[in-house]
Amino acid sequence: MSILAAESANPLIPPLGEIIIGLIAFAIVLLVMFKFVAPRFEQVFRARREAIEGGIERAEAMQAEAREALEQYRAQLAEARTEAAQIRDQARAEGQQILEELRVQAQQESARIIARGEEQLAASRQQVINELRGQIGALAVDLAGRIVGESLEDEARRSGTVDRFLDQLDGMAAGSPDGRPGSSVYVPEGNR
Amino acid sequence: MTSSALERGSVLAVESDPGGGFVAPGLSEFYPEPVATFSLLGVDFEITRITIILWIATLAMIAFLVAAVRKPQIVPGKLQYLGETGYSLIRDGVARDVVGPKGLPFAPFLASLFFFILANNLMAIIPFAQISPMSKFAFPLVLAAICWVLYIWVGIREQGAGKYFKDILFLPGVPKPMYILVTPIEILQNFVVRPFTLAVRLFANMFAGHMLLVVFALGATYLFTVGNFSAVFGPISALMAIVMTFFELLVIFLQAYVFTVLMGTYLNGSIEAEH
Repeated sequence: MSILAAESANPLIPPLGEIIIGLIAFAIVLLVMFKFVAPRFEQVFRARREAIEGGIERAEAMQAEAREALEQYRAQLAEARTEAAQIRDQARAEGQQILEELRVQAQQESARIIARGEEQLAASRQQVINELRGQIGALAVDLAGRIVGESLEDEARRSGTVDRFLDQLDGMAAGSPDGRPGSSVYVPEGNR
Repeated sequence: MTSSALERGSVLAVESDPGGGFVAPGLSEFYPEPVATFSLLGVDFEITRITIILWIATLAMIAFLVAAVRKPQIVPGKLQYLGETGYSLIRDGVARDVVGPKGLPFAPFLASLFFFILANNLMAIIPFAQISPMSKFAFPLVLAAICWVLYIWVGIREQGAGKYFKDILFLPGVPKPMYILVTPIEILQNFVVRPFTLAVRLFANMFAGHMLLVVFALGATYLFTVGNFSAVFGPISALMAIVMTFFELLVIFLQAYVFTVLMGTYLNGSIEAEH
């Protein structure tokens, strides 16, 4: 179009060719925008929104979890405390029991020791009695012989007088009202 | 490709030789020599530098958008952030807030409008192009026509043809005698004035902006070359050309946004029954 023709042209009456070119250009922009650009942008916006919301949700979940853990720890602590108290009580009771047992054992032991001592005493007393019995007989015959002026030793051994007397004495002791054998013998020994 | 100013300058030199005075740039600014002409199905096509600028702007904007979303990330890079800012401006600022709750499906269309107009408008101040294809009435007209068809179709789809046209013809809540006055205005408003103003507003802004820049630029060139006292005013004219370029930058963004927002309000009127 020449410059002269241009001067006469009306700018508000566009040629059809230009309109078609404009249509095609805008159609391409529309196509790219609808098919490619807008979906991608929407996808990014959605992803971003989800990321933010997801972050908030995650934070909330973590907070809840932390709260739960705290509760759990507190419960465990309380449990541990009661358990410790129980263990303490139990230990105290056990200690008492052990003490009691020890005391009983000690008492038994002492009782046993006492009993053994008594037994030994009784045994040695019997021994002493047996020894004394022989000696008393000989001493009594000797004393009687001195008093009488002659030796009664053989006579006494022959007739068994001393033994009979001593047996009589034993028999009296056995027939005593308290019924304790040898007590009448024991007492003089204690006094002596 | 030479810049428009240089090209005009050479033409100017030839034209201004006989009279010796300054010849202001005219309509021929918008009718450059075609690079190629061909006829297809009885329609004449002229490939001029403005057509080529349109393709460059369109392809550059598509390339930018595709690059911005090629590897979308939750934490965006610089390019993605830039693309997202533009897309969100339309998606949230127009589709959601102006069109309304049902507006989000229109976000890609509105964003296409915005980015297409913006890319083409930006060519008005990009060196060696320095003319917006939107200063050719055909391109804003195409966009306005598409918008016109779309908002009427959306109105019929959302409200039903009967209710949509009845509400336009007989505006609810208006006393009956007033219909004599209101009805013709409403018909004119909805079916003629809206698309026409939409197209003319964009076209006229870019047309006038280009003329303003060319006048100051050529004026400066002329004043520098006359070689007399007038040369003093050369720098002032050059300064004005630079100042007007920044002003043009504002107009470029504003017109792209205004076109989109107005389309948003028309869509809102079509979707929501009450005017």
